[in-house]
Amino acid sequence: MQIAGIKSQPLVWILLVAVLLAIVLSFLSPFFMTVGNMTNLSKQVSIVAILAAGQAVVIISGGIDLSVGSILALSAVVIGALIQVDVDPFFATLAGLATGTLAGFVNGFVITRGNIPPFIATLGMLGIARGLALVITKGVSYQVLVPFFLYIGNAKFLGLPIPLYFVVVTFLVVSVMLHMTVFGRHVYAIGGDERVARLEGIPVDRQKVKIYMLSGFLAALAAVVMTGRLAATPPSVAQGIELQAIAAVIIGGVSFVGGRGIVLTALIGALIMAMITNGLNILGISSFYQQVLIGFVIIVAVWLDNLKSRK
Amino acid sequence: MPDPTPLVEMRHISKHFGGLQALTDAQLELYPGEVLGVLGHNGAGKSTLIKILAGAETASEGVIFVEGHEVHINDPNDARVYGIETIYQELALCGNLNAPANLYMGRELHKWGFLRKNAMKAEATKALSRLNIRIQSLDVEVESMSGGQRQAVSISRAVHFDTKILIMDEPTAALGMEESKMVMELTVELKKQGIGIIWISHDIHEVFNFTDRITILHGGKNVVTAPTKEFTQDEIVSMIISGIPVERGTSAAGG
Ligand SMILES: Nc1ncnc2c1ncn2[C@@H]1O[C@H](COP(=O)(O)OP(=O)(O)OP(=O)(O)O)[C@@H](O)[C@H]1O
Ligand SMILES: [Mg+2]
Repeated sequence: MQIAGIKSQPLVWILLVAVLLAIVLSFLSPFFMTVGNMTNLSKQVSIVAILAAGQAVVIISGGIDLSVGSILALSAVVIGALIQVDVDPFFATLAGLATGTLAGFVNGFVITRGNIPPFIATLGMLGIARGLALVITKGVSYQVLVPFFLYIGNAKFLGLPIPLYFVVVTFLVVSVMLHMTVFGRHVYAIGGDERVARLEGIPVDRQKVKIYMLSGFLAALAAVVMTGRLAATPPSVAQGIELQAIAAVIIGGVSFVGGRGIVLTALIGALIMAMITNGLNILGISSFYQQVLIGFVIIVAVWLDNLKSRK
Repeated sequence: MPDPTPLVEMRHISKHFGGLQALTDAQLELYPGEVLGVLGHNGAGKSTLIKILAGAETASEGVIFVEGHEVHINDPNDARVYGIETIYQELALCGNLNAPANLYMGRELHKWGFLRKNAMKAEATKALSRLNIRIQSLDVEVESMSGGQRQAVSISRAVHFDTKILIMDEPTAALGMEESKMVMELTVELKKQGIGIIWISHDIHEVFNFTDRITILHGGKNVVTAPTKEFTQDEIVSMIISGIPVERGTSAAGG
């Protein structure tokens, strides 16, 4: 009945699934619940989780962003190239973040001005950004061995790996934006009924540009974490990761139709996917099966969601 | 007799959608405290005309005056500045949001960009009860409300913000008898407050009993504009269908 009640319901469901999965895995393997494995898991999940936060906002607004993997690569390459010529890591990071945000802006601009569906516009950007990453580097991977990035990739703060803090801050900020601000309210309105939003005076086009900029920015933030983890910026990095981010959002129960769902479930969706991968790894099951299983989970998640909304 | 300065004057309004001429040199005048019926068959251009006033479409040609001053209405926010509010033919709410969110859509109360949800909910409660509308919970999505309740939310949204000109495009078309009655009672209230109301409807009986003046559109052109009671219901129907003014109507409107 209460708004909180309705909104937290999907969160409760998906949390339950995640906890169940964790319990099953910890019974199956004594290694699952070890500190080492949890650290590993949190590192594995961090990149997809950050991307999923942006993707969730895009999907709730009724759009889709297929370009996040490529934008991640392009931003990483910009960082790598600048580090290569001894630019201060702080400024290199800023340049990387600006690159991702700009790519997101281009997405939003093309979608709103060109009246091109998000699927097509971001599919185009998927090619363009990846191509640019390859052009800039001529296909070579730059090494990034400066302390700043090594710290992000390897250090711990209060016993927890640094990428985890990136995830927590991302979800905190994006959740607050989506659920407590005018920006977020307009995301839901546009996802609910774009025509109505327009009639009621919401600057729909400007809002959409902002949404894709946010997604681009978060892709670049994921690039910063990725650069730290790999200590390098291969231009082919994160290929196909957009599908994982989308899967995380969907498994989290965000409706593909738009207008419904909360951001936090995307984090749990990402966690579930990472647990499946991680669990199969420590159980020694061939990674070939992982994709099959994740494919199943996506379909089952949406199917369960349908069942829920039908009753 | 109507007040000499109209609230709204639309003059020489033309609108084409590509090759389709939806309006040709159309006129509309609205005075404070009156209900103006806009009539015409399907596709006559009624919705297009009022959408131009509401900022949902822009005219290809023509001028609009509000209280005697020429205005340029390019989007819904421009219209709102002049106190023009619209209840659209298709229920224009976001089904996935609750009543307060819909009421304040596009003009949310906020501080530094942060929504003032409690303030909006309190205001929405007041707004709805002022119109004597009962809705069990303001927290539910409007999608799960009845047609009448949703229309009530639309209406309270339209009259909540210092409205001078209220456009109602077939406000009762989707409603049952009870709810239609409620909407019309509300409208009478608003009329008493001096709000000018543009009322589009296909229900001749309703129009005949409820409007002060009518304007009939046919193929995007004005057929006649006159006090409602100068015609019989049959004459109005015949003008809507034929697009030719009946003799008596023309002379009366001319005088
Ligand atoms: N966005 C649009 N694009 C193209 N043509 C349009 C558009 N909107 C309206 N038209 C056309 O303009 C003409 C007038 O339409 P309008 O909606 O104003 O009619 P109406 O008088 O409101 O009809 P109804 O009583 O069915 O609501 C119609 O021929 C319609 O097809
Ligand atoms: Mg119409």
